[in-house]
Amino acid sequence: MLTIGLSHYLSVSAILFVLGVIGIFMNRKNVVIILMSIELMLLSVNVNMVAFSTFLHDLVGQVFSLFILTVAAAEAAIGLAILVVFFRNRGSIAVEDINQMKG
Amino acid sequence: MTVIANLGAAAPELFLAGAGIVLLMFGVFRKSDATAQVGWLAVAALVAAAGLVLTGSKGSATLFNGLFVTDGFAVFTKLATLGASALTLILSLSWLAQEQVKKFEYAILIIFATLGMLMMISANNLMSLYLGLELQGLAAYVLAAFKRDTLKSTESGLKYFILGSVASGLLLYGMSLVYGFTGTTSFDKLAEVLSHHPSTGVMVGLVFMLSGMAFKVSAAPFHMWTPDVYEGAPTPVTAFFAIAPKVAAIALFIRLLAGPFADLVGAWQQVVWLISILSMAIGAFGAINQTNIKRLLAYSSIGHMGYVLVGLTVASPEGVRGALVYLALYVFMNVGAFAVVLSMRQKGRAVESISDLSGLSRTSPGLAAALTIFMFSMAGIPPLAGFFSKLYVFMAAVKAGMFGLAIIGVLTSVVSAFYYIRVIKIMYFDEPVDSFDRPATANTVILWGTSAVTLLFWLWPAALINSAQTAAQVLFPG
Repeated sequence: MLTIGLSHYLSVSAILFVLGVIGIFMNRKNVVIILMSIELMLLSVNVNMVAFSTFLHDLVGQVFSLFILTVAAAEAAIGLAILVVFFRNRGSIAVEDINQMKG
Repeated sequence: MTVIANLGAAAPELFLAGAGIVLLMFGVFRKSDATAQVGWLAVAALVAAAGLVLTGSKGSATLFNGLFVTDGFAVFTKLATLGASALTLILSLSWLAQEQVKKFEYAILIIFATLGMLMMISANNLMSLYLGLELQGLAAYVLAAFKRDTLKSTESGLKYFILGSVASGLLLYGMSLVYGFTGTTSFDKLAEVLSHHPSTGVMVGLVFMLSGMAFKVSAAPFHMWTPDVYEGAPTPVTAFFAIAPKVAAIALFIRLLAGPFADLVGAWQQVVWLISILSMAIGAFGAINQTNIKRLLAYSSIGHMGYVLVGLTVASPEGVRGALVYLALYVFMNVGAFAVVLSMRQKGRAVESISDLSGLSRTSPGLAAALTIFMFSMAGIPPLAGFFSKLYVFMAAVKAGMFGLAIIGVLTSVVSAFYYIRVIKIMYFDEPVDSFDRPATANTVILWGTSAVTLLFWLWPAALINSAQTAAQVLFPG
């Protein structure tokens, strides 16, 4: 039977991370999807951290992942708040409508 | 008991955290508008924190199970950060009064962002590094969107948030790999583990971390957000972004690479070399076609970060000394330049186009003279301060045999001189447009102070250079 080792966890988290990055840069529709992709990136890091922590028999990784979870929650709150004020001014949250400044 | 006795080493951070909370309560419970009071109290808190940094322990000390470190390097960069925050906050207060923005939270956010920067500078563990960076980042996202009823400001906040979060994601992914392949997050232990044959996983993690850090200092090729965010954010916030977080992030960059990753110098040197050259080039060429003074200063700050990174690429005490001298003088030049930008107001409205400066030498000669000093200094023309900052980094590069880096640096600074001098030409030789309103007293005082430092730095360079030398030496023991 196949045993699930560290490399499997790392692969899953790498796939999730890449999905998150692609979701941010390939997405042309909605800013909320970008926020979801950011969460996906942070969660893939958590998978990494916890997998390493178990593998190394070291608790630091799990403590770190708790910190990441907490900060991710704060970040999501601030991101949504900024998105709401942006929506009030622009009336849209489509990615192509974020175009006041060119760069 | 020893824990409490040692807490003194973190006194500035503890004080700022307390001050932020107390001022928040003060602002909330005051019935009338408290923007000015909270603002000036926050300035006082930042100055007091700088005093605590100065009077604090002279040697190095670690705290909180090695999560936090103070040493000579931290003292130098913390003073630069606190100075930059305090000066930009003073500039912001007159702006808040002129624009009639009655929100005392502004000063609180600056305090918490500064606290995050101090934590970054003193981080001695990947975990405390991340928390400091996020505290600074989260406060900064809100500041960028501070004028929440204007589209530009909210858009810049949104852009900054998304790209900043991506940067944190990259940094974190790198950290998780470094942790996994070394088994530790502490800088001291990392240095120990990495001194013998590091695995490929650590290298990959290091590259991810470097990308995340480059985002934070807005070094090319991770600079895309800078011009947009700087243009859209309220001008005093732009001033803050351009100065204080840069100092802290570069300090963190230096501590990380010269500390735990010192033995991987062969690996990161090439990456930082590339980042540095790209930043210098993009800073020089990107600014040429700009019509908005804030965008111009954004590209100029990208270029300056490139020059600072030259000092880091060299990876020697001289190089780090050059980078620290550069950072300290960068604070003065940019605070001054932004004081001029904040004085660009016609009939009660802020203007930010470069053409609005036309004929400034006739309408307000003092302002024109001051901006000339800053522009010449940023272009690196002797004997102004900016010349010395460039001299020290290039000297270190030449000493280390990195001639390519030094030559490219000199060439890009010649190119960048073009757009700095264009601003001066517009001020002195173009026909005057409407004159500017009288600038606020605080702006004028800061303007004269910073231009005096920029102009007269060559008289007493020793004080700054020696303290930068001592600070840099801390990172290279033995």
